[in-house]
Amino acid sequence: MTLTVEDLVSVAPAVGINAVSKAYGRGPDAVRALDRVSLDVRAGEFVCLVGASGCGKTTLLNLVAGLDSPTLGTIDTGGRRTGLMFQEAALFPWLTAGANVELALELRGVRSRTERREQAAELLERVHLRGAADQRPHELSGGMRQRVALARALAQDAEVLLMDEPFGALDAMTRDLLHDELERLWSTTGLTVVFVTHNVREAARLGDRIVLLTSRPGRVAASYDVDIPRPRRIESREVAALAADVTDRLRSEVRRHGH
Amino acid sequence: MAIDSRLLEEELAGLDALDLEEDKPVDRLAKVWSALWPKLAAVFLAVAAWQLTVWSHWRPEYVLPSPVRVLGQLGNLLGEGEFYRAIAITLRRALTGYALAVLVGTLVGASVARVRPLRTAVGSLITGLQTMPSIAWFPLAILLFQLSESAILFVVVLGAAPSIANGLIAGVDHVPPLLLRAGRVLGASGLRLYRHVILPASLPSFVAGLKQGWAFAWRSLMAGELLVILANRPSIGARLQFARELSDAPALLALMIVVLLIGIVVDGVFNQVDGHIRRRRGLTAGA
Ligand SMILES: Nc1ncnc2c1ncn2[C@@H]1O[C@H](COP(=O)(O)OP(=O)(O)O)[C@@H](O)[C@H]1O
Ligand SMILES: [Mg+2]
Repeated sequence: MTLTVEDLVSVAPAVGINAVSKAYGRGPDAVRALDRVSLDVRAGEFVCLVGASGCGKTTLLNLVAGLDSPTLGTIDTGGRRTGLMFQEAALFPWLTAGANVELALELRGVRSRTERREQAAELLERVHLRGAADQRPHELSGGMRQRVALARALAQDAEVLLMDEPFGALDAMTRDLLHDELERLWSTTGLTVVFVTHNVREAARLGDRIVLLTSRPGRVAASYDVDIPRPRRIESREVAALAADVTDRLRSEVRRHGH
Repeated sequence: MAIDSRLLEEELAGLDALDLEEDKPVDRLAKVWSALWPKLAAVFLAVAAWQLTVWSHWRPEYVLPSPVRVLGQLGNLLGEGEFYRAIAITLRRALTGYALAVLVGTLVGASVARVRPLRTAVGSLITGLQTMPSIAWFPLAILLFQLSESAILFVVVLGAAPSIANGLIAGVDHVPPLLLRAGRVLGASGLRLYRHVILPASLPSFVAGLKQGWAFAWRSLMAGELLVILANRPSIGARLQFARELSDAPALLALMIVVLLIGIVVDGVFNQVDGHIRRRRGLTAGA
């Protein structure tokens, strides 16, 4: 069988991370945050990165988002727009929820005011927050703020959504609901998601693939394909079993640092 | 669709409703009263202490008149056309000087906050200027501009501008790094980052600088009006000086009350603006 152009395009990764190293500072005092990390993320894939704290997860996302550049190696997103979400919603406190989303649209280049307003309303609707457009961030709960942040990230019209422990600060019930919400958005939009977490169960709940990073310097230690059919529940036996496997591996990685 | 979207929506809505505080009905009258009574009590205590001092005959009545006499004198002043002319001249000087100071302070603050070498060069100089008593500028001002409006303006601007510049610089310095990152992720850089993130984020600090700048401007102006008295230019400061020369204690005290009241009113306006900004951002404890 011969490969068509479409095949080639669909084979090319949405995010290609090729032997990327990142060091902060120079000389003997330099912190080696990442060491020759290679990872391909397919278009439409949901990849979860797990690893102990300080293993370079945030660094890697910053590099993919283009906020910083690698010391060595290359990152190729094929010109795709990336959106980034943090653990804190990082909404601008002087703007309403709606205006936060509108600002993202404005910075993306949506000129017309009315168009921005309409699109922002639609985006808030998509995260089930149509009533919150006129609220200010401090008037919203943590979960609502994270959903506004999600709407704002979607407003960037990103094909690749980078999420840095986005639900880490939320209570379990809110987090479960946001997992459902994120899964629904992802499955209906064809987004590519790179989701960083230190919660292995969350990774098993959400990911098509779990990539385990080692610490100091960060390297890819293992990769797990998650075959559990969706929709998944975080309490399910399959999710728990996979999480146990990954946790064992993570612990053995952490133990290496003990001596 | 695998996930039941309607159920999810209902659950989210339920959580949202539980998370949000209920709106408590506010009794406006009670709110105004609770803000007002401590101030009224403070005024009452101050006046009472004053009256007690008068009754103790610590100083003769013609030097330290009673509150009632001073209030009577204040009433007379308020019925006098010349008094309003003096207030108008003083306020116009204050506003012109302050406006100039805002302009200079903002320009200097913005460039110092943005340009690093300028920062190291003049950053501490600005703080130094802030601690300089404005009265110390007057000899130089009078040498430069003689006894003129310009001399007063010069000192008012020098008194107020450093605070305003410093407020802006501090605001820009303390923009939360997370918000800067968020702005950059959204594609803002350079001037757009300034306009959409850095300036709005530094607004509370800038307003604090504006408020402090006003206090300095008002003090410098009063000092200036006592020293630089111009013919045919009645002002509050000039009238204070005349009252002292004529040993007219009631008029002197009445004028001081006017100076104090103007200060309090303007301060109140700044507090309103400041409170408004803070409430909108959820920076107040009670919000
Ligand atoms: N700007 C920086 N300067 C110096 N060291 C840094 C910087 N950012 C991160 N590091 C270091 O790089 C390592 C990886 O950090 P990070 O990517 O934040 O890890 P993670 O997100 O996995 O917790 C840590 O050891 C951290 O101290
Ligand atoms: Mg991190």
